[in-house]
Amino acid sequence: MNEWILPGTTGLVMNEPLLWEKGDQGRIGFSMPERDVPRTDPPQGARTRPPDLPELSEVDVVRHYSRLSQWNFGVDSGTYPLGSCTMKYNPKINEDMAALPGFAASHPLLPEHMSQGTLGLMHRMQEMLGEITGLRSVSLQPAAGAHGEYTGMRVIHGYIQKHSGTRSKMLIPDTAHGTNPASAAMCGYQTVPVQSNEKGILSAEKVAELMDEDTAGIMVTNPNTLGLFEENLGEIADIIHDKGGLVYCDGANMNALMGIVDFSCLGVDVLHLNLHKTFSAPHGGGGPGSGPVCVHPDLDPFLPVPRVEKHNDRYRLSEDHPDSIGRLHSFYGNFGVMVKSFAYILTLGPQLKRISQMAVLNANYLRQRIKGVINLPYDRPCMHECVFTDKYQEQYKVNTANISKRLLDYGFHPPTIYFPLVVNGSMMLEPTENEAQQDLDMLVEAYTRIAREAEENPDVLRNAPHLTKVTKLDETAAARHPCLTG
Amino acid sequence: MRYLPHTQQDIQNMLQVIGAEKLEDLFATIPDRSCRLGDLDLPGPLSEWDLRRQMAELASNTVHSDHTSVFLGAGSYEHYIPSALRHMVNRSEFYTAYTPYQPEVSQGTLQGIFEYQTLITRLMGLEVSNASVYDGASALSEALLMTLRINKKRSRVAVSKAIHPHYRQILATYFEPLYAEIVELPYTEDGLTDTSGLEQIEDLAAVAVQSPNFFGCIEPIAGMAEAAHNLGALMVTCFSEPLAYGLLEGPGTQGADVACGEGQSLGIPQSFGGPGLGIFCTRKKYVRNLPGRLIGQTHDRDGRRGFVMTLSTREQHIRREKATSNICSNQNLCALMAAMYMAFLGGTGMHELAQLNLDKAQYLKQELQAAGASIPFSASTFNEFVVRYPGNGSSLTERLAAKHIVPGLPLDEYYPELAGHHLVTVTETKGKEDLDRLVKEVSA
Repeated sequence: MNEWILPGTTGLVMNEPLLWEKGDQGRIGFSMPERDVPRTDPPQGARTRPPDLPELSEVDVVRHYSRLSQWNFGVDSGTYPLGSCTMKYNPKINEDMAALPGFAASHPLLPEHMSQGTLGLMHRMQEMLGEITGLRSVSLQPAAGAHGEYTGMRVIHGYIQKHSGTRSKMLIPDTAHGTNPASAAMCGYQTVPVQSNEKGILSAEKVAELMDEDTAGIMVTNPNTLGLFEENLGEIADIIHDKGGLVYCDGANMNALMGIVDFSCLGVDVLHLNLHKTFSAPHGGGGPGSGPVCVHPDLDPFLPVPRVEKHNDRYRLSEDHPDSIGRLHSFYGNFGVMVKSFAYILTLGPQLKRISQMAVLNANYLRQRIKGVINLPYDRPCMHECVFTDKYQEQYKVNTANISKRLLDYGFHPPTIYFPLVVNGSMMLEPTENEAQQDLDMLVEAYTRIAREAEENPDVLRNAPHLTKVTKLDETAAARHPCLTG
Repeated sequence: MRYLPHTQQDIQNMLQVIGAEKLEDLFATIPDRSCRLGDLDLPGPLSEWDLRRQMAELASNTVHSDHTSVFLGAGSYEHYIPSALRHMVNRSEFYTAYTPYQPEVSQGTLQGIFEYQTLITRLMGLEVSNASVYDGASALSEALLMTLRINKKRSRVAVSKAIHPHYRQILATYFEPLYAEIVELPYTEDGLTDTSGLEQIEDLAAVAVQSPNFFGCIEPIAGMAEAAHNLGALMVTCFSEPLAYGLLEGPGTQGADVACGEGQSLGIPQSFGGPGLGIFCTRKKYVRNLPGRLIGQTHDRDGRRGFVMTLSTREQHIRREKATSNICSNQNLCALMAAMYMAFLGGTGMHELAQLNLDKAQYLKQELQAAGASIPFSASTFNEFVVRYPGNGSSLTERLAAKHIVPGLPLDEYYPELAGHHLVTVTETKGKEDLDRLVKEVSA
């Protein structure tokens, strides 16, 4: 492969100061409406002078943010194989749809007859997510994945409380997502870790040992964070159910399974989705997301209120659900994000299955191509992601962090690193369905070169990255002497 | 499919490398019991053209401010969003990136959020801000959970009845499985929180009020903060309309230990109630108890200024079940929008825009009173107020709907004692002629 093919290169990058280091008192970047009513006296508690905010022209602000944006790497910049985050392409049409005035400029407290479009969209979205997961009672209220986990845990808490009284523990496998223990703890559960077996998945025997009548259930990530399908989940669900517990599935990795798995047949009672992962809504640099919760019909009464319901072809909001865990969002969740995913599902329809197939194809191709140069601890067919380690490079005193920083120089976003915790020095790669074979080949080429550099010139890895706007940042200094405002 | 690059040939080549014959083989580890047999029963696939048409039709079934005069606020506000702001936030390097785990290629997001933290603390008169939480309600809930961590031996929080009813409902949801107790503070006939009974509450960790409160009334935070502090409790001020602080002293300056609430007003579309922005500011001494993400300044190997996520030992991915919260993202793009909005306005602009909101609301209030409406609360208000329109309330709403006017939020459902009253909101987007028309129609 020729030198010029890999995307990483240098170019002119602009410096840009902080907002308050530029501008001048007396500038404004806003078109102030004309005053057509008399000025009134300031109320009690009014400021004696305006707030201390920098004053800039429209051009100042536009240039500022244009430059800042150029210092970011996004999915639109290049391959972004950040494991478990599903950094798939964010279709542009979806952004346009969410910006339609009937969606973007709609007030959440309009009388119901004036908001049939927005309520109707939410109702249809609930039905479609019910079809995709097989769990047909759906709440769109959670604003993010972790919020969905919390909601799901509360639904389980509510159901258990009603049917079998208080239980104090929750089983959480070592291959589950990092937020899971914190979400369970916020519902007052003590978390009990479950070790995965030598194949990287849960064994039914292990779960049977730990499950008892003081345990509310299990919180499984499937496919798990090693990218492996939990093959024994059906059996595990039976064990949990026999003892009166419930099965929570973290569906953040749903991108592997659309149109392939029906979660209700797998014994799952509660599942959350991440619309910003599987259903193409953008990640926004860390939010806003949306984390709908899909549950078995038995758990329907416990879902958050208000619920979006359909009666005689009219849509309405209902609070009349006495067993509900209550309200979890100021209004109905991140509607603007739902619109984008709704548009995505309509664009794909039943072809969503093809999306999952291509995501799994890409991950297995990467697994097969990289494993010669980077260690693959679980050499088994994977789902949408696969996990490597720095074992081969250890002998050169090069670690996962060094390898990943060097990847930046070659023009790729690194994978998720040092997670999952079950393997040392992990690198979790999720290519998504959008990468072409040639894109993946380039990523393989970058890893191959890095592996060679580890042998021949390890310092170039230890001091990486070299071509970015800033070099390696001192995170220890940032934590020791926090400077959180300027 | 235009989002998928694979040709049939690519698929064959890749399967061959993997050592599989067909795509189905890749899913061989999935037990039969869980396999879906038929195709997904979903509408579509739609072409871009058909999608546009269907979505436009759905969107047209919801009323919006382009052709209806909407006097609703109550936690979601219609403010003008500059075109330049929309263009900046639509730069795809911002919205297609994720959490800045790799700071060397995320300085745009990181500097942007560092600037957000700085501007919002200046507006709120406090020392530190996190990178945001989900919305106003979760900000209040997280704030009160934080006060319980700080005041470890105490288990009660006093919460004003004049806080947004939805925020209080969410607080109740969060507190339900925990040991802590919420005590409700009533409101006075002026429309302000009644703090006279505070001393009777034992074990008080925090006092929470909203200002401007749900009725639009501006609470005297300074006096309440003093009362709370005398009892060893923290003062939490929440808000649903942060633009008010363009005109009012920041809650921190008035003695609040936490200022938290909804930031949608700051350049974020209403979008049927979300996504919004949970603003969370506090004093520096509580920083290690803060939930959520924080961005801090540091330097690179060559001594250049740069920014990173910091103090993450508080967070769920490190502390797991002992974390300060399970929250792992922020409303990043919304926080960026709020920072952009404050930058476009500047200090003077923010002050002037807030004054204009106040003046328009005051004008409408006076004109309505002159037309026979009654205003139950005497406390000063910002851009919202409670009113009892002359004539019959429910038939009025229907009559005005036909004239493309939504005259505010009926309060019957939230405060039965205020049945027949409306909460009316006026922002800079309403011209004098809109206000005069409302007055004319309600008194017709």
